[in-house]
Amino acid sequence: MTNTSRRRALKTLSLSAILLCTTAGFSAIAQERTSVKIGYVVSKTGPNAGGAGITTIPNYVLWAKEVKDAGGLELPGGKRLPIEVIEYDDRSSAEEVVRATERLATQDKVDFILAPWGTGFNLAVAPLFDRFGYPQLAVSAVTDKAPQFVKRWKKSFWMLGGGHDYTEALAGVLTKAKAAGTINGKIAMISVADGFGIDLVTAARPSFKKAGLDVTYDVTYPAGTTDFTPMINEAAKGGADTFVAFSYPPETFAITQQAQVAKFNPKVMYLGVGTGFPVYGKNNGPNAEGIMSLGGIDPKNEANAAYRKRHEDVTGKAPDLWGSVITYASLQMLQEAIKRKGIDREAVSNELSTGSFKTVLGDTKMEDNQLRTLWFGGQWQNGQFVAIAPVDRPGATKPVLPKPAWQAK
Amino acid sequence: MFVTTLIAGLVLGGTYALVAMGLTLQYGISRIMNLAYGETIIAASFLAYALSSSFNINPLISLVLAAPLGFVFSYLIYGLMLRPLVARSKTAMALEIDSILATFGLLFVIQGVMLLMFGGNYISYSYMNFGVDIFGASVAANRLLALVLALALGGGLYLLLTRTLWGTALRAVAVAPSSAPLVGIDANRAVRLAFALGGALAACGGVVISMYQTFTATTGVVFTMKALIVVIMGGVGNLLGALSAGLILGLVETFVATYVSPGLTLAAVYLIFLGILLWRPSGLFGKARR
Repeated sequence: MTNTSRRRALKTLSLSAILLCTTAGFSAIAQERTSVKIGYVVSKTGPNAGGAGITTIPNYVLWAKEVKDAGGLELPGGKRLPIEVIEYDDRSSAEEVVRATERLATQDKVDFILAPWGTGFNLAVAPLFDRFGYPQLAVSAVTDKAPQFVKRWKKSFWMLGGGHDYTEALAGVLTKAKAAGTINGKIAMISVADGFGIDLVTAARPSFKKAGLDVTYDVTYPAGTTDFTPMINEAAKGGADTFVAFSYPPETFAITQQAQVAKFNPKVMYLGVGTGFPVYGKNNGPNAEGIMSLGGIDPKNEANAAYRKRHEDVTGKAPDLWGSVITYASLQMLQEAIKRKGIDREAVSNELSTGSFKTVLGDTKMEDNQLRTLWFGGQWQNGQFVAIAPVDRPGATKPVLPKPAWQAK
Repeated sequence: MFVTTLIAGLVLGGTYALVAMGLTLQYGISRIMNLAYGETIIAASFLAYALSSSFNINPLISLVLAAPLGFVFSYLIYGLMLRPLVARSKTAMALEIDSILATFGLLFVIQGVMLLMFGGNYISYSYMNFGVDIFGASVAANRLLALVLALALGGGLYLLLTRTLWGTALRAVAVAPSSAPLVGIDANRAVRLAFALGGALAACGGVVISMYQTFTATTGVVFTMKALIVVIMGGVGNLLGALSAGLILGLVETFVATYVSPGLTLAAVYLIFLGILLWRPSGLFGKARR
């Protein structure tokens, strides 16, 4: 008898708990909303902090400040609500980014979640964003599988293209230079044996082959390699006058320095992530001239120039010349979609997917949940990292080839 | 070609040796497995970077500054933090575990301070990045400096340890910490000195490395790992062991990258590591422990 009653008591208790929770939920909805909660998880420490600290975090900070200064997020009808920002550090761990994102959704109950930094991390949290119904504006993620992901996770948006886009653009530039007789069409290529390097080199091989370019040296190296002398020496031997490295920032910096020491002067030098960092131009000065990489900006685009100035004023440092502006544009799109549709995540996702937006990139519109109007190749020219590919897009600068020889310091 | 590879390998090995020598002193003589060792290196790198970028101070001057700073810092850390652990630990094993835990905490403290001061960004500047011609191979002057420094410090300290009374005392403490006081050696003082000396070496390494390697506030652990491999391979507490193990690693990496594949450098390093440990379980120059 006591048993049954205890069981019953428990049942009653749980039932009332459930009911109480639902009423609490109802009352929360009925209550007047006083703020919009925005959350994000990003690598503030650990190996990814260097990348996140330049492409992602400063833009989130800048945007939050601008929204605050404007008196809050504008909702349909012109009402403004202040934003409340919740930030977690994932310590560059894929488990941590998942855990903290789940916490944002279930415990903090934020209204919107901004995307983390990195291809792998965006993929890691994509199922969560989908399950909890948050739109995911994945900017710092380069993937050729975006069309498939969009089908799997309907509210995901992929804004930095795929490896294939970048290697096709590079192959285009090289084919033109070969036809003009500037280069001999032989390529020495190295890549880091990690996410970015693998994606890019896998895309590059068919791109170069299709373009009739001959790859004479093609090796991968482990992430964290600091000495590139052997690879530079081997690359120089094969008669290639184009050098391509799909590298991470520390390696990009090291290759640049060591190529100078080895007096290795290929006619085309294309390096990976880090080339588009402002510090790259600053550290290498005249020796950065002619070096190519992914990304680039149109120096004549005024909206972008104004953005760069604001970024520097607020965060104290210049944005990078590839993903930064896209990150900022993604926030502008989110802001505008909320202004049009309110806090309803379903409606906002729909608006992001179908609407057209005015951002620092100009008129921006997603195609199949992807941003396709991008700069896929850039080159340092006169102290600026200008966009050179796709060549047929208005605003593209003509590439300067061959790369000038290293200057002695 | 062969000569070029050989020289490139030696120069790379110089960096490894330079980084590892301080740890071998700290671990071998002071018996402190200092997990915050890499953070000391990075702190010195930041010092050199900050002085060079804001006050335009030549990194070579920072080198002279960093060594005594590293010495004093490590001296204080030992006195304040590690000495009580040594005093209370009954066995060598207990001290090993305590020191690993304590310095693991220290790692995050130093890292946190650097993150606060400098943020998590990539830091790089270049200094002495010009080629020096050695037997037809163009070698970066800054890396050559690391090799020369490693050889000079390694050789100098080796002579100091083997030819002076003070060095003999240090070695005595390393071999038999409990018996050394019987012959009138102040073991505590010797151990503290060795730990501080290790800190000074780490700081030197940090300044030189900052001239050519990109670093962030959180890369210290990479250096600790590499140094640990070199130390164990060379024989714990043995400077010449660290020097030669560092050079061997550099040579292996460079030769494999040139003649086999750059993708196999890490695998080759661990293969050699394994091979040497199988052949000589206490490292190249290590004495078998009872």
